[in-house]
Amino acid sequence: MKKSDAFSPGPTPTFEESAKESLSDSQLRRNLGKATQTIRRKRAEAVGEMPDWEGLREAGRALKERVMRHLDEYLLQLEESVTRAGGKVHWARDAEEANRIIAGIVKDHGAEEVVKVKSIATDETKLNEHLEREGIRAFETDLAELIIQLAGETSSHILVPAIHKNRAEIRELFMERLGAQNLSDSPSDLTETARLYLREKFLAARVGISGANFAVAETGTVCVVESEGNGRMCTTLPPVLVTLMGIEKVIPAWRDFEVFMQLLPRSSTAERMNPYTSFWTGVSEGDGPREFHLVLMDNGRTDVLADEIGRQTLNCIRCSACLNVCPVYERTGGHAYNSVYPGPIGAILTPQLVGIGDPGPDSLPYASSLCGACYQVCPVKINIPEVLVHLRGKVTRHKQDRGGPRQKLDPENVAMQTVARVFSDPQLYEKAQRLARVGQWPFARGGSIGRLPGRLAGWTAVRDLKPVPQQSFREWWRQNRGSV
Amino acid sequence: MRVALFITCFNDTLFPETGRATVEVLERLGVEVDFPLAQTCCGQMHFNTGYQREAIPLVRRFVEIFDGYEAVVAPSGSCVSMVRELYPMAADFAGDGRLAESVEELSPKVFELSEFLVKRLGVTDVGAYYPHRVTYHPTCHSMRMLRVGDAPLELLGNVRGIDLVELSEAEECCGFGGTFAVKNADTSAAMLSDKIRRVLDTEAEVCTAGDNSCLMHIGGGLGRLRTGVETAHLAQILASEAEEG
Repeated sequence: MKKSDAFSPGPTPTFEESAKESLSDSQLRRNLGKATQTIRRKRAEAVGEMPDWEGLREAGRALKERVMRHLDEYLLQLEESVTRAGGKVHWARDAEEANRIIAGIVKDHGAEEVVKVKSIATDETKLNEHLEREGIRAFETDLAELIIQLAGETSSHILVPAIHKNRAEIRELFMERLGAQNLSDSPSDLTETARLYLREKFLAARVGISGANFAVAETGTVCVVESEGNGRMCTTLPPVLVTLMGIEKVIPAWRDFEVFMQLLPRSSTAERMNPYTSFWTGVSEGDGPREFHLVLMDNGRTDVLADEIGRQTLNCIRCSACLNVCPVYERTGGHAYNSVYPGPIGAILTPQLVGIGDPGPDSLPYASSLCGACYQVCPVKINIPEVLVHLRGKVTRHKQDRGGPRQKLDPENVAMQTVARVFSDPQLYEKAQRLARVGQWPFARGGSIGRLPGRLAGWTAVRDLKPVPQQSFREWWRQNRGSV
Repeated sequence: MRVALFITCFNDTLFPETGRATVEVLERLGVEVDFPLAQTCCGQMHFNTGYQREAIPLVRRFVEIFDGYEAVVAPSGSCVSMVRELYPMAADFAGDGRLAESVEELSPKVFELSEFLVKRLGVTDVGAYYPHRVTYHPTCHSMRMLRVGDAPLELLGNVRGIDLVELSEAEECCGFGGTFAVKNADTSAAMLSDKIRRVLDTEAEVCTAGDNSCLMHIGGGLGRLRTGVETAHLAQILASEAEEG
């Protein structure tokens, strides 16, 4: 479906353009509405039964803040711990370098197929496409990732990549792509079809590739949190395991899991305890892979870290609670964001990772009504609305300062400059109030305004506008209370 | 007690009736109301749209004009949340330590009307009479930024004659979001359509809220569809009295 996104070279469409398309897809609207409403309700229940949820959120925030303050030290400590445990650590400045390192490891072992644990970091680097160019086939083993891989689509949700599809659509896809016969659309039938297909891949693959939810600096332990058990197959069956991890995923100590293992499952899947949580520390004789590589990737993260307001974005533990409560995401779906990171977190993470100055990612901070529902549920208290407003400022200033003479004539910019001047002078402001009363007459009909010109037409497409009344409040006040 | 009324540019220009109602309720409760005429706009639209450099002079003006009052009251959760929650960020952005100090001193004294009545004055019954079926939309900024909680519902609950009905999924945004409604008009409209459906489900005659910006959005949709359902700011319901008093 969508091949180009914010992490691909070349321009990407803006959120407004893409949202228009998804808003008119009634099947998508129904699938998403049902799914997000269910998970929202369940999350509220799972969180509601915790007596110390606010304390946990605060602890999670504080831990992550400490990680970001001393990121350099924790990363070096992690490298040392992983190496001590028999693993090999690689450093990747960007996506390209990460892909090159991983493809190199796969080729060193003469492998032509790899099995993958669900990993957004590898989506970010477009690893599968890179491997394909190198003649290596990557098999996604997470059920939802498998579904979108078979469909040739991209993920539309951090945790539930195929949230935009329903059972009937998946049944058709499996019959077409996996050659399944007489398939019903019951979840158990669909899962069984995927299981039979994947089992062979697990047993044959010589390299497994994963992302990481956490990595412990103190011990060198890497952790993957998943629900299906496919991840554990990938991290234990193949003789070689490669993990790609963003540098912000490091946590200081083993005991910090106490906080994150309570916050993450309840926020993401509304579960009290996560079904499959895998931990591994380097390599162990006679158990699991014989070779372990950890690729630590920057890819824009140190730029995010350098921004005092924006850096809280790196605290994200990818639970996706913000997507599920977001009224914008619920209606447009993930593809409208044109990024592997959709929803509120994607709206602040993507433009920071790729940098300001590209119309697609620049439109993302505006894909929010600033309702604050995301901040309220975030398990590590990322103040998403604050970062959105901060990034809108950066986008606006970038346009103003580098947009050249054309930007000076941009209607929005002109309007904002004019209004700011009017608001700075009460006399000018009162004059403008009187002018608005006169200026509206071509549009006002029978007590309401039904059609406005230009950019404001978006408002009157579905809403009436109240005309400016004959007397402002301040005029009434002067008449009735005298001036102060 | 003497308070300054911060009417907000939006109410001043488009909803003067809300301002008159606010004055009426406050005076009925024995509060002396001042209206500093130099006030214009708090700068929210500029700041939230990204025009932060342009918002700073408006922040400075606001702080100067309302300095020294015991309390500042506004019939808008959104504009109050700009002052209380975002002025510190604006002062940081301006890199002005003195402005940050003035903001720190002023912002705790700025109240949204319902929280001023319930939390500051301790009044939950303002002696209003409003014989209509009403549903309440708790606007995002009042609820999540200011945490006004049940204050508006407590006030409404004590209005005589009112038939108050609960709005389902009330906490979900109506889709206004300032310039969002114009920049992302399609998504905003999709959010509005769900809000309208829920308002209609209540069979209310009137949808109320503590913010005329959200109400203009909801009311704009209700009006366009000729639903016959009206919107009225909370202050106007609280100001209504029986004719014989």
